Amino acid sequence: MNWLIHYNYWIVIVLMMIGLYLVIARANLVRKVIGLNIFQTSVFILFISIGASRGASAPILAEGIQSYANPLPHVLILTAIVVGVATTALALALIVRIHEEYGSIDDSSIHDQDDEP
Amino acid sequence: MKNDPVVKAVSDLLIPPILLFGLYVQFHGDFGPGGGFQAGVIIAVAIILHALVHGLPATRSRIPDHFLRITMAAGVILYVGVGFSGILAGGEFLNYSVLADDPLTGQHIGVLLIELGVGCTVASVLIMLFYQFAGRKGQR
Amino acid sequence: MTLLVATAIALVKLPGLFSAVMLTGIYSLLSAALFVLLDAVDVAFTEAAVGAGITTVLMLGTLSLLGVSTSDHEPIQMQPIPLIVVVITGAALIFATQDMPAFGDPDAPAHRHVAPRYLNESATEVGLPNVVTSVLASYRGYDTLGEVAVIFTAGVGVMLLLGRRRRAPRGDQDEK
Repeated sequence: MNWLIHYNYWIVIVLMMIGLYLVIARANLVRKVIGLNIFQTSVFILFISIGASRGASAPILAEGIQSYANPLPHVLILTAIVVGVATTALALALIVRIHEEYGSIDDSSIHDQDDEP
Repeated sequence: MKNDPVVKAVSDLLIPPILLFGLYVQFHGDFGPGGGFQAGVIIAVAIILHALVHGLPATRSRIPDHFLRITMAAGVILYVGVGFSGILAGGEFLNYSVLADDPLTGQHIGVLLIELGVGCTVASVLIMLFYQFAGRKGQR
Repeated sequence: MTLLVATAIALVKLPGLFSAVMLTGIYSLLSAALFVLLDAVDVAFTEAAVGAGITTVLMLGTLSLLGVSTSDHEPIQMQPIPLIVVVITGAALIFATQDMPAFGDPDAPAHRHVAPRYLNESATEVGLPNVVTSVLASYRGYDTLGEVAVIFTAGVGVMLLLGRRRRAPRGDQDEK
């Protein structure tokens, strides 16, 4: 079992790389945003994994519970999720405006239109 | 979907409990899981459900844009205001212990007001986002 | 967790944009379940409502604005160069995890800095049973103020981008 102690972190890295791949490889802007979302969620999981502690309970103080999970990552991620949806909405709004100007959400076709005078 | 009576009836039945649950989460956040961020999101979801089922204009006439614009800013102002009232009461910015005679009561008041500000802003920003995205189509 | 990876891989391969968006909702819900397992109830709460609810609705709204229909498919092919870059980066990061403390180790550095103070003192200093709330609103009030300001700004930004009044008709020469 000893080699499995970093399993959570490996999953995080695999998810992170899938998100990165989507951002780099896909020309479709909406798919890029989906990739960013996956990347973002992987970072959330990384933080929560760091905060988890074996045999611990959720950080709500109660009688008779000795150990709690680390509350600090929870706070950071809690706010990050809501900020994340706000920024995602901003990105989608930009995509809508780009679509209105260029009539396309494809990266390369937007670049082609930019190159034409 | 707009004309489906089943969807309409069920969502009408569900929206008030969702709103109530949002308020519970807002004000019970000190004791159980919850708080301003979650409550804001839940309230926004209830309103968005209403807009999805009854159509955007019906929702927009009940919760007009300018009201949302005011609550958006009011949440931030409430937050900063609580911070400054800490200074006025003789403490530091965002120090709630001086808001009441007893530091713990002061902390409780401060946290409650801050969460209220957060919930206000989050709910109205999210509803506003939905309005903007869904209302865009009608003008093109 | 393995389910999460399977969903993400399906997202890479899926040809339809519409179904990809629906799959992100499922992905969010799965990650919310994972957060419950890791004792982060507040976070799971938020992720379930935001990820599965609002993000999906906003993405679907965008798709309808873009005129993408449910039957639209586009060719998906694996591109070699990004794949190589991603694999190399991932391998380097996995190599780096060897220096991380074991998962769930109660003596990890992350648990020894400020967290014990929050857990032990907040009952007497703030007096709220939910430590997440007291850290969020009291100890880290500045952070949260910043986050609220960011959300507010993002809302204002979307209003400006998609707002009702449009000064210039499409293709006007005000952008150079």
